[in-house]
Amino acid sequence: MGFVTNNILALILFTPILVAWILLFLPKEQIKLLRWVTLIGSLVPFLLSLYVWLSFNSGTPGFQFETQRIWYGVVGSSFHLGVDGLSLTMVLLTTLLTPIVILASFNITERVKPYMILFMLLETGMLGVFLSLDLLLFFVFWEVGLVPMYFLINQWGSEKGERELWGGKKVSARTYASFKFMIYTMAGSLGLLLAIQMIGVAFQTYDLTQLFTTFPVATQLANIPFKLPLETVKAIAFWAFVIAFAIKVPVWPFHTWLPDAHTEAPTGGSMILAGVLLKLGAYGFLRLVLPLYPQEAHRYAGALAFLAVMGIIFGALAAYGQDDFKRLVAYSSVNHMGFVVLGIAAAAYAAGTDNAILALNGAVLQMFNHGLSAAGMFFLVGVIYERAHTRNLNDFGGLFPLIPVYGGILIFTSMASLGLPGLNGFVSEFLVVRGSWPVFTLFTALSMIGLFFTGAYILKGIKKVLHGPTNEHWVGHITEINVREIVVITPLIVLMLVIGIWPAWILGVINSAMQLLFKG
Amino acid sequence: MHFPILSVIVLTPIIAGMIILLVPKDRKNAVRYIALSAASLDLLLSTVVYFSYHISIGGYQFLEKYDWLPQLGISYYVGVDGMNAPLVLLTGIVMFTGVLISWGVDDRPREFFAFLFILASGVFGVFVAQDLFMLFFFYEIAVFPMYLLISIWGWIKTREYAAMKLTLYLFIGSVISLVGGLALYFGSGLNTFDMIQLAQANFSKDFQIFWFPFVFFGFAVLGGIFPFHNWSPDGHVAAPTAVSMFHAGVLMKLGAFAALRVGIMLLPEGAQYWRWLILILALVNVVYGAFIAMVQTDFKYVIGFSSVSHMGLVMLGFATLNKQGLTGSGIQMFSHGVMTALFFAVVGMVYDRAHTREIGELGGLSKKMPWVAVAFIIGGMVSMGMPGFSGFIAEFPIFMGVWQVQPIIAIIASISIVITASYIIRIIGRVFFGPMSAEFDHHIGDVTVKDKLALTLLCIIMITIGVFPSIMSGLVSSGVNHILSLFGGA
Repeated sequence: MGFVTNNILALILFTPILVAWILLFLPKEQIKLLRWVTLIGSLVPFLLSLYVWLSFNSGTPGFQFETQRIWYGVVGSSFHLGVDGLSLTMVLLTTLLTPIVILASFNITERVKPYMILFMLLETGMLGVFLSLDLLLFFVFWEVGLVPMYFLINQWGSEKGERELWGGKKVSARTYASFKFMIYTMAGSLGLLLAIQMIGVAFQTYDLTQLFTTFPVATQLANIPFKLPLETVKAIAFWAFVIAFAIKVPVWPFHTWLPDAHTEAPTGGSMILAGVLLKLGAYGFLRLVLPLYPQEAHRYAGALAFLAVMGIIFGALAAYGQDDFKRLVAYSSVNHMGFVVLGIAAAAYAAGTDNAILALNGAVLQMFNHGLSAAGMFFLVGVIYERAHTRNLNDFGGLFPLIPVYGGILIFTSMASLGLPGLNGFVSEFLVVRGSWPVFTLFTALSMIGLFFTGAYILKGIKKVLHGPTNEHWVGHITEINVREIVVITPLIVLMLVIGIWPAWILGVINSAMQLLFKG
Repeated sequence: MHFPILSVIVLTPIIAGMIILLVPKDRKNAVRYIALSAASLDLLLSTVVYFSYHISIGGYQFLEKYDWLPQLGISYYVGVDGMNAPLVLLTGIVMFTGVLISWGVDDRPREFFAFLFILASGVFGVFVAQDLFMLFFFYEIAVFPMYLLISIWGWIKTREYAAMKLTLYLFIGSVISLVGGLALYFGSGLNTFDMIQLAQANFSKDFQIFWFPFVFFGFAVLGGIFPFHNWSPDGHVAAPTAVSMFHAGVLMKLGAFAALRVGIMLLPEGAQYWRWLILILALVNVVYGAFIAMVQTDFKYVIGFSSVSHMGLVMLGFATLNKQGLTGSGIQMFSHGVMTALFFAVVGMVYDRAHTREIGELGGLSKKMPWVAVAFIIGGMVSMGMPGFSGFIAEFPIFMGVWQVQPIIAIIASISIVITASYIIRIIGRVFFGPMSAEFDHHIGDVTVKDKLALTLLCIIMITIGVFPSIMSGLVSSGVNHILSLFGGA
């Protein structure tokens, strides 16, 4: 028991790898066995992180459950893990969503073994980002998560659709989407890598607990090219970090990989992509950008807020303009993640104030909430697609009488996504708006326009699918949501409701983390 | 008297080669099993050397010295330190896997394995040599069989041209460095070829600056440095699979290592004087090589040019002359050797079955040979410097080292990462996924168990180093400390 409690974060991190290792030796024909082993295996990190959540002391400053081992001494990097309220929330989200997504992926019948193995590797990659307290280790996991996602889109993505490249060459849409996803993220990581190297060369360590205190107050850095002034170098490094994370969030105008990747990914892939992968970018802002670059963040907060508002408005408008149900939900992510970035920008500008803390509370809770609602929405789109083999909204219509249970769930989840008071989305968006209003009044007011269109596209989705005259074509074809699918969606729905009615259980942890990290 | 483990490693292949030549030529399986046992023995012994080297003691270990021609100061002198121990292990690995995947060579396997093993002895000899004369001796032994291996067993379309080009390039390079080596011998006045003594010779600064280019660039031709890289892609493509593996995996390291051992370590002030030229040439290697690889349509040429790009990183690390850069280069030599051996093995397996290497004509091979596809993907991750694999472990310190010398070069060199990623992804997508043409559907089968064993071994090594870098970085950096001490630094 001592071993478990001393290394609990490492256990959470590496259990998925262990599961993947076990899966490697199971026969590939035993689809049922593969599925259940993965599901049960992925519940282990969830239970462990639940234990961490319960025994976590939210009043203590600094990181808890820390472990540190030698990893790569020559470059000054160590295997250093630890959690605070911010990372723990994200870890819980990841370990909660993974078993749900695995259960949702039970409909995969082709090449189940590699699919499940990739998912387990992906989970380790994501968890590693949230748990790392070493800049280089952070980068390692940041990149590692890319590979399984690339193959999930590329191999299990939707089989229809073609895209024309320059030169008139045609490739399948999933190849196009996965390549775009990979190249966007890698191009963003390049700047991040260089900035990380600059920091590493200057300080000869990558340990974040040290860098948090030394880097922001550094008065000189070693090896500056062209003898640029320190301020310029720091500003460039700041933007290198920001762009890498902005691509992942995604912040407008770096978002164009997202609709393609989300639309082409298999249902499970879209769920985890929207549910967790986008949060990696936002987490990067909170964990690295704000603490390492407080002055630069303050200086450029206005620009960031502007981009966030553009994301909110254009994301909503673009979502409204879609005929493809899945694309609509994909653009809604751009819209919702805009609020996270708005909150972060406001907090960066008014660092240390109560407004900043409120906005950050909202941003972190919005990350968690969007994880729930986006995963739920993508799942529901997947459910109807599996039955109808189309996602075109104009082909549906009047399905409510045919599939009332599904209809009810869809409306409920949509409402959570829309931000209906009493459900989770409202709490977090309200906090963001409340915190940002005194800081960026105009931008926040403009984001309200986006919120209005959020209502419009959500209602459009519901209307086109469920209401209106029944499309006779589907009578007898579309079947009701089945038990497995209800089991998948239930935990998400319960959490949406619980956070909407009684957010204190999670906000308490988030709030004390934000107070400790960013107050004063 | 200890067990002369290094001599056994060096001599085993050449003795096995001689025995193989004595086997009647129709007993092909006997040839193969002799080859496999010799390769296994070398792999085992080089693993023992690697893991029993005492990092805490440091310096040269497992030393053996016998007089050979004492009047001229020539001796048989071998030993390993942190820099060459990984390369000895690398040669053992490539030799073992090379034999496994050459099991199917049916055209005169006796002569093929004999030449391959003479080559291997030469390579081992260069890596462990502590005597300059011996180094040249083994260097020529390693280069010469290449000519025969390529021109007899190579790709019929270009083999004669490529073999001739390669041999001429390398001989010219080695002659130039031989001139430099003799200058060192006479200039030192010590009447010895012993490199450990020559390192203490205190050559004058002018002497060092004049002779460094001869020694360094003469050897660097074999390391594929721009603009002398031209022989390498042609040579790689024309060579039969196991020879390409040896060639890109080990021989190019031979050039780089000799340039380091003789050039940088014996003439440190010369190295400091010329480092800018090396930095710039290596930068061209890295970026230009990656761009050229991107536009190739022949699968094997892509890999050939990617080697040029990756060897540029090794040279780039050398030119930093600091701890991180040199450590990175040491690991990169090992990592690239394993990776490129895997790549050429995969290319060979694909070509043997599809009889084409045009990327446009291939496709969907992952269905027929899933092991090969997974192995290539892992190799690809190493190639593009993906964290978690050995390529990142090697490239990251190189970039860090370059950053300390001149950040602009690090920034420009990092462009190659994106270019590499794009061509690797393209190959993975085109060759292993996507639609498969109907003609392949019938006659392409899966690879043999021996092939799978070779691929698995290479993959495990790359992942292990990627996840636990300290398994190699401690050893290499102890070797680097020795090099830096020659510069009067830490």
